[in-house]
Amino acid sequence: MASTVSDGMLLAVRDLRIAFVSGRSLLAAVDGVDFEVAAGETLALLGESGCGKSATALGLLRLLPAAGRIPGGEVRFAGRDLLALPEAEMRGVRGGGMAMIFQEPATSLNPVLTVGHQLGEVLERHCRLVGQAARQRSLELLAAVGIADPERRLGEYPFQLSGGMKQRVMIAVALAGNPRLLIADEPTTALDVTIQAQILELLRQLQGERAMGMLLITHDLGVVAQMATRVAVMYAGQIVEEAPREVFFSAARHPYTAKLFAALPDLERRGGRLETIPGQVPSLAAMPSGCRFASRCEHAWELCRQQAPVWRQVAIGHRLRCHLDRLPDTRAGALAATPGLAGTTAPTSEAPLLRVDDLRVHFPIRHGVLQRTVGHVRAVDGVSLELARGRTLALVGESGCGKTTVGKAILQLIAASRGSVRLLGQELGGLARGARRPLRRRMQMIFQDPFASLNPRMSVGEIIGEGISALRIDIQRQGRAAAIAAVLQQVGLEAAAAGRYPHEFSGGQRQRIAIARALAVQPDLVICDEPTSALDVSVQAQILNLLGSLQADLGLAYLFITHNFAVVDHLAHEVAVMYLGRIVERGTVDDVLRSPQHPYTRALLSAVPSARLETQPEFIRLPGETPSPSKPPSGCHFHPRCRQASATCHDRYPETTALSATHSVRCHLYP
Amino acid sequence: MAFLPVILWSDVLIWLLFFAAIVLGWLSARNPLWRTAWQRVGRSRAGMASATVLLVFVAIGLLDSLHFRPRLEDDAGQSGSATARQPAAYAVEVLSVLDVIATPLRTRNEKTYSEPLATRAYAKESIESRGADGRLQQSRDYPRLRHGGAHLGADEASRDADVGRRLLRAAGIAILAWWAVAAATAAGLARAEGCSHRAAWRRIWCNESDFAWNAVLAAVGCLLLVALPLAMLAGQYHVFGTDKVGQDVFYQVLKSVRTALVIGLVTTLVTLPLAILLGVLAGYFRGLVDDLIQYLYTTLSSIPGVLLIAAAVLMMQVLIDNHPQWFATAAERADLRLLALCFILGMTSWTGLCRLLRGETLKLRELEYIQAAQAFGVADLRIIGRHILPNLMHIVIIALVMDFSSLVLAEAVLSYVGIGVDPTMISFGTMINNARMELAREPAVWWSLSAAFVFMFTLVLAANLLADAVRDAFDPRMAGAA
Repeated sequence: MASTVSDGMLLAVRDLRIAFVSGRSLLAAVDGVDFEVAAGETLALLGESGCGKSATALGLLRLLPAAGRIPGGEVRFAGRDLLALPEAEMRGVRGGGMAMIFQEPATSLNPVLTVGHQLGEVLERHCRLVGQAARQRSLELLAAVGIADPERRLGEYPFQLSGGMKQRVMIAVALAGNPRLLIADEPTTALDVTIQAQILELLRQLQGERAMGMLLITHDLGVVAQMATRVAVMYAGQIVEEAPREVFFSAARHPYTAKLFAALPDLERRGGRLETIPGQVPSLAAMPSGCRFASRCEHAWELCRQQAPVWRQVAIGHRLRCHLDRLPDTRAGALAATPGLAGTTAPTSEAPLLRVDDLRVHFPIRHGVLQRTVGHVRAVDGVSLELARGRTLALVGESGCGKTTVGKAILQLIAASRGSVRLLGQELGGLARGARRPLRRRMQMIFQDPFASLNPRMSVGEIIGEGISALRIDIQRQGRAAAIAAVLQQVGLEAAAAGRYPHEFSGGQRQRIAIARALAVQPDLVICDEPTSALDVSVQAQILNLLGSLQADLGLAYLFITHNFAVVDHLAHEVAVMYLGRIVERGTVDDVLRSPQHPYTRALLSAVPSARLETQPEFIRLPGETPSPSKPPSGCHFHPRCRQASATCHDRYPETTALSATHSVRCHLYP
Repeated sequence: MAFLPVILWSDVLIWLLFFAAIVLGWLSARNPLWRTAWQRVGRSRAGMASATVLLVFVAIGLLDSLHFRPRLEDDAGQSGSATARQPAAYAVEVLSVLDVIATPLRTRNEKTYSEPLATRAYAKESIESRGADGRLQQSRDYPRLRHGGAHLGADEASRDADVGRRLLRAAGIAILAWWAVAAATAAGLARAEGCSHRAAWRRIWCNESDFAWNAVLAAVGCLLLVALPLAMLAGQYHVFGTDKVGQDVFYQVLKSVRTALVIGLVTTLVTLPLAILLGVLAGYFRGLVDDLIQYLYTTLSSIPGVLLIAAAVLMMQVLIDNHPQWFATAAERADLRLLALCFILGMTSWTGLCRLLRGETLKLRELEYIQAAQAFGVADLRIIGRHILPNLMHIVIIALVMDFSSLVLAEAVLSYVGIGVDPTMISFGTMINNARMELAREPAVWWSLSAAFVFMFTLVLAANLLADAVRDAFDPRMAGAA
């Protein structure tokens, strides 16, 4: 049967197993994966980190790291068994038959070779093109991936290109060998949403033109919804469900898939609790013999723990690895049981907790022997905001817009060049170190990367206790250990965790520790700098739930710095959109997300891929990329990319226009 | 008292370092992160084999670092009561415990060069002997050595048989001794892990235990097979021959070990504080502090190192020569010069580590946990102590072990150039320096250089292999993979 199915298929993978050597044993990272990709279709391989999706992609190309082994399986590509090919022929398949696009465009291009050289290399190997012919073909390829002025770009080095442009070049390099299958491993994860939308559009268009097969590896349901023809969900080294896109988004059958959808923050469950998946992915060394998801599945029964479910077909094109015939409908109940949290804290009229006025952070650019200042990077250029107790203000923008700098300047980790930051009515800027200390305990920060934010050489107890001792917080009654245990409990960790070291914890648990560290000094304001962007969807849901319940219990105010609109929608009360160091639009969540007024906000919102199949709002394509904050465009910073720009926009920066009591915007369209 | 203890400055430092290492080991046994890192070193076979070899060198060095002056024998004519009143007289010569153990090697000097295991000298001399007729005869021949193979008497032809017999016996004892050590190890392991002797034995040799016992045992076996024959032969022969003044080369080699260890270890006492302090300060505070420290080390590393060392050593030499009253013995004088050399080497070699630490600190200070600490208002010095230093320690340890071998080699080069240790102090460098003339003569004297080369090579190779193992175990990137 297998052969009849794979006849028309470009790529057919049968029972592929990939293992990694660890000491004397083999740890199976991919355990019996079957899938097919036909020409012209996109198979999305969806899964959380560590589920084996990247190992699968590398295994197909036989590019596994030195410790990787392929103990069994079959990979048929265009009728040939790739696992049996000699290495010399395999080199022709890589790039010529299958090409790969990697996640990080900054590291997948060689920084010391020109774009033309890197393209020429592939052309010479796979198309035997050299000299003028190769140059001609390179120009065509660069034009095909939408790079303006390809003549000039051909001679440039990767550092002269922006992130989105590098990814375009990477795609051009991948296309140079005329591959029949494109493997894209998280091709847009490192990019901003507007650039992501451009790249996804480009990939769709190229695939249509060339009738390529595409294997898209991603963790983002939004990207899947936009790109996939069929979807395969991976969990712990196995594909647990495979279905055509429409079926997948309307009638997914595997409990894990259902959980993934439920964990996504979105409008429906606004402010409520998100579904989370309890527990963790079993480690490679200790895979259960039964269903791998059984320990985290709420529908699991005896059979699941004893016997691994088989890979079976439940409908045309819909295959499943689960003992359940029908998914019990528990979603409605779970939703009803959780009333919204956001509504409980109404805007208060008391004086704001935090008030930032005209905050500017300029970094001098020094040049020459005498280190003269020749200009300034205007990272933050006049930001004003205020935040009341128990409220959440989301600061949204693309990378490089200065949103993180705002957070650090408020915490006085970076000295502000001008402007004032007042916490509880007290000015922070001019204070001496000692005088600032009592205010320090009022505000804390949670960082983006839970792996970099905890000192690996200190135990969890020491990490959490550091703030208590540094700020000389009075804990007479309980004692230090009890205080640490209490705060660990608050974030949902055992008290015994205090004696352990950060490397013993998973990403989500580490982020909990980081939250506990901030909470230990009982702050009023917590600045969250993308606290969930390094986490998987299911873990992100846990952290968002935790942040929500902490706000309800302790009345914390959050300044939430993020680029993820779904999270904003879920958690925030107010939103401020930043572009190049300035806030261009602000208002309540409904104001900004439902009726965006600034052209930039609109473009940003239209670029966010939705994880639903309902018609995506028309994508407003932003030309070019965010300009450098050291040389901002004259007038309105956004005018070079704005479709509605007029002559006024070129001349002066717009003043703030209040559209309603809560909604204001800085744009010449609203005089 | 039969001896007067002499405490040289370098002895103090060496023993201090030894105890510091013990304390460090105790501290790292208590810290789980360090313990796992050292356990990774323990699993590395090359690392453990070289550590075993290094331990032997360290033991030789430590034995050579206990100095004393023996009491001079009273003159036979004096009565017992007279000695009690007179203050005891002690020899001017300072000896070490190693010297006592190697007394035969130290005292049985020949006239001049002799080959390894030779019974006769290396060059012909005119020998006057009285013939059968009572007339004085002059002949030109290789003179018989005073000590080398003296027990053979006139039967010089039996030397090969004698050497072979001794080698066989030594090999036999070595195998027995090794067997005893291996059995004791297996018994210890069996008791520690609560399994049978057979299982323990299998675990050792199948590399299943958490410590590379098989490498240690193999290294012990090799060491025994080398050391025992040397010891057996050294009693009656000059195993590595004798040098120009007839001193046993084997003895010189043994004495050189301490010099190498002092140079390799004491120098780090000078480099580490400078490099860590300045590097961390520059990286953490940046700005003006960074500029000043950078200018300092850039300037220092731009001065040709050998010239700087030469100038400093020559100044030191003049100082020592002008103040003979400072030193009771020649050993003390040589020791001061050795320490001065360590100090100067340290002053010129901290820049590399400092630069490394500065870069790492620059990276660390931008990490989020440092910023979190700053957000708590933790004092800068405390951040350096609690957050930055512990995260730099792996670099320091790696640099320490790596620098050791290069310093040992540097000493050899400097002594060869003539600006190294005191000429009276035996070191690999002075041995190699002497060999320069010996290789130029005809027939060439090759054994001195070869012996120094082999010993130094073994020492440096073992140190380098251990450094590799330590680096792999402490490098956070490698550790993350394990």
